[in-house]
Amino acid sequence: MADRLQVFPSRLEGMDRSAPVWVMAALALALLILLPLGWLAYVSVSSEGSLTLAHYRKVFMDPRLQKALWNTVILAFWVGLASLAIGVPMAWLSARTNLPGKRLIRGLMMASFVTPPFLGAFAWVMLAGPNAGFLNKLYRNLTGAEEPLVNIFSMSGLIFVVAIYTFPYVFIMIANTLDLIASDLEEAASILGAGRLQVALTITIPMVAPAILSGFILAVLQALALFGSPAILALPAGFHTITTQIWALFHYPPKTEMAAAFSIPLLLATALLLLLQKKLLGRRGYASVGGKGGQRREIPLGFWRYPALLGCLAVMACSIFLPYGILAKAALSRAWAQPMTWENFTLANFWFTFFEYSSTRLAIVNTLELGIMTACVGAGLVALLAYITNRKIIPGHQILGFLALAPVVIPGVVLAVGLFIAYTRPPLLLYGTLGILFVAYLTKEMPVGYSQSDATFRGIHPELEEAGRILGAGRLRVLREITAPLALSGIIATWCFIFIGVIRELSASIILFTPNTKVMSVVIFDLKEEGQFGAIAVLGLFMLAVTFAIVVLMQSLLGRDFLGAKE
Amino acid sequence: MRRWWLLTITLAFSGPVAFAGLSFGQDIRLEAAKKEGKVVWYSSLAVPSTEKIAKMFEAAYPGIKVEAHRTGSQRVLQRVMQELQANIKNADIVHTSDAGHFVLLKEKNLLMKYTPAGVEKFPSGFKDKDGYYYGLRASLSAIAFNPKVISPTEAPKTWKDLLDPKWRGKLVTAHPGYSGFITTHILALVNQYGWDYFKQLAQNKLMLVQSANDPAQVVASGERPIAVNGAEYFFYQTQKKGNPIQIVYPKEGVPLVVSPTAITSFAPHPNAAKLFTDFTFTREVQQVLADSEGLYTGHPEVRYPEDKPKLGDLKLLQVDPEELEKRNQEIKDRFVEFFGA
Repeated sequence: MADRLQVFPSRLEGMDRSAPVWVMAALALALLILLPLGWLAYVSVSSEGSLTLAHYRKVFMDPRLQKALWNTVILAFWVGLASLAIGVPMAWLSARTNLPGKRLIRGLMMASFVTPPFLGAFAWVMLAGPNAGFLNKLYRNLTGAEEPLVNIFSMSGLIFVVAIYTFPYVFIMIANTLDLIASDLEEAASILGAGRLQVALTITIPMVAPAILSGFILAVLQALALFGSPAILALPAGFHTITTQIWALFHYPPKTEMAAAFSIPLLLATALLLLLQKKLLGRRGYASVGGKGGQRREIPLGFWRYPALLGCLAVMACSIFLPYGILAKAALSRAWAQPMTWENFTLANFWFTFFEYSSTRLAIVNTLELGIMTACVGAGLVALLAYITNRKIIPGHQILGFLALAPVVIPGVVLAVGLFIAYTRPPLLLYGTLGILFVAYLTKEMPVGYSQSDATFRGIHPELEEAGRILGAGRLRVLREITAPLALSGIIATWCFIFIGVIRELSASIILFTPNTKVMSVVIFDLKEEGQFGAIAVLGLFMLAVTFAIVVLMQSLLGRDFLGAKE
Repeated sequence: MRRWWLLTITLAFSGPVAFAGLSFGQDIRLEAAKKEGKVVWYSSLAVPSTEKIAKMFEAAYPGIKVEAHRTGSQRVLQRVMQELQANIKNADIVHTSDAGHFVLLKEKNLLMKYTPAGVEKFPSGFKDKDGYYYGLRASLSAIAFNPKVISPTEAPKTWKDLLDPKWRGKLVTAHPGYSGFITTHILALVNQYGWDYFKQLAQNKLMLVQSANDPAQVVASGERPIAVNGAEYFFYQTQKKGNPIQIVYPKEGVPLVVSPTAITSFAPHPNAAKLFTDFTFTREVQQVLADSEGLYTGHPEVRYPEDKPKLGDLKLLQVDPEELEKRNQEIKDRFVEFFGA
């Protein structure tokens, strides 16, 4: 059959092939995005069958909700700035200078990138709780001070914790851009007598300005959508953000219409920000960013080599060493706040978590099942989409690409509210099954997976396929024997990306789970609400172990790390 | 002779059934329950205690699994109602610390009328007059402090002591939006002192946690040295594990929280649910609740550890489940208004 396909298909055949793709795409789109968001919008303006703006009025007149809105703005803005403040210098150091230990820094950056933010927030409760926190105790012992060094239960504490897990987004963006820019302009400036810092500030930074702005927006978006960290750090301090407020509106008796009305502004904000980012990146006013070519010379840091490394390590200590250390300590001790003595040592937390607490096994099975299912379906789907858009197989393929990227504007909580409304009623009663979580995860992971896959197929030049076709192989045979083997490692990487994204997901799961469809993140959150620190630490470490196993698998398959650096 | 021998064997193998009573009806129920294979229990009892009772039941009745789902009282209710909205019938037994929930569930015809064996001897505060729900356990909502940080002489003795500005930044409270225990606590104190009390208390900048069990950990770690409320049984358990924590039972009165349990009208495993409910009300299990979990119960024959105060020696503050149900939203709203979240 395949042999008989023509090299240049007639228009009719092209149409034939695209029809089923379009039907499938439309269906998927309807189920994943339009139905939930449609219901969300409808519920937000309807009251017993008639249309009304009453819910919006109520949302925006309620001083408590106003405050949550304002808190979110503050949080997102400062997280954006803080992420730049950490991410830009580190990216510059690791892309442009002779900083020692670059591979180590990249490796740690990846670790911080895959650490679930809510685990980080939980660890920081134990590190910097104003009275019992490890660092504050240390500080008091050293200085004899009364006041704590840091109070993590505050807006600034929240900004700090969110920022140390968000800045890798900025880092990746800037480092990858810097990798593309030739250093001849910088060299010219040096020759003309500019100092290293002056070159960085007047040449390098302006050249990557669009990337910086767009990194800022990316960080802001992350901060806007986050649920776990504010729930763990803001609620004890007595304030809400939009996401925790939406979650609270779901408590009994549920005010679904208010939650919907509160979700729409968040959705609009994220959509606007992304539009802005696209404008910034699309403008390409800075001609230097364009493909490879040109020389990249390392800037010698001289005396500053080791202080710079120390600075980078200090940042990574905040996001990796200290949190992981305190998690391990909590997992192994009877009382997390007491010193690690022999009397305080115990394995009981492990025993309790894995053998007594019955939710653990259920949650692990559900999480892995969902992770594997979503990763397989997702990786397959985005590979197909990326192939179609890259090889322009059907007319209107650009639209498919756009649709695959569209869910990036939907924060997890908002998506969950929409899915909850859409799938707790006939004809599709998905609520209560793993199906609804699957749909949520697939939608949420689609943009990341698609970008990954797109890059993979962009890297495979069509000339290899064309050669195959010229030698007489049909499209399917070429796909099977040439394209698929070339794309395989990239597709596996996408699989891993999606899998890691799924097992750490909390913001949508927390609204969509039912007792039988608990996942690990939800169980950890449940335990947090009851203050079972030992069990949370054990489950958290388990989650990290699974994540890192996948990361290692992926690196060995790809021969490069997550962030694009060659081994 | 031979028949006696057979009976002995049967008894030896079905030992646990013995204390449930070896009547014919029980046998039929046991068979039916075994056929159902499991019982689904939505519980607000502390995680370790919930798991312990589940394991005890599974050991007593091999072949019947307990699927225990523990979360806060208000979350339990939210789960049940959300599931029903989607036409999911999952829960066999609902057990929370907010007696008002049972008034609501009864009103909506979501409870099965069932009287567990042996509860006729329980005091009236543990029984629904219509026979739908019964108090499985009770505990006090007390003050607790960390004696390593606060000296016992200086520590607050009464509810009003907590209003002293010197405790600013030193107090922790659990949340009525999560914990039925705390909903009950707040109503009991509002009936005593009015909302003004909580308005003043909020001036002391409290740390907010969710579960009534969480303050124990917060106080023991020293994060906040004084808890203005919380489940006394969990304070007690934390103390028993060697943590620095002391419990204060204010003389003006201590809220007594009776936590009811009931079988749902839509229970997918009704026989197993009845068997499990009966099991939890036996003297043996109620005694375990008292011994290792530090709870009070309605069972008249249960003996309490020496270091627990006798309920008769305390002035108990109790609330009417009907009132609790009626004022539930008000309690949650005002709490958020005063405390911020």
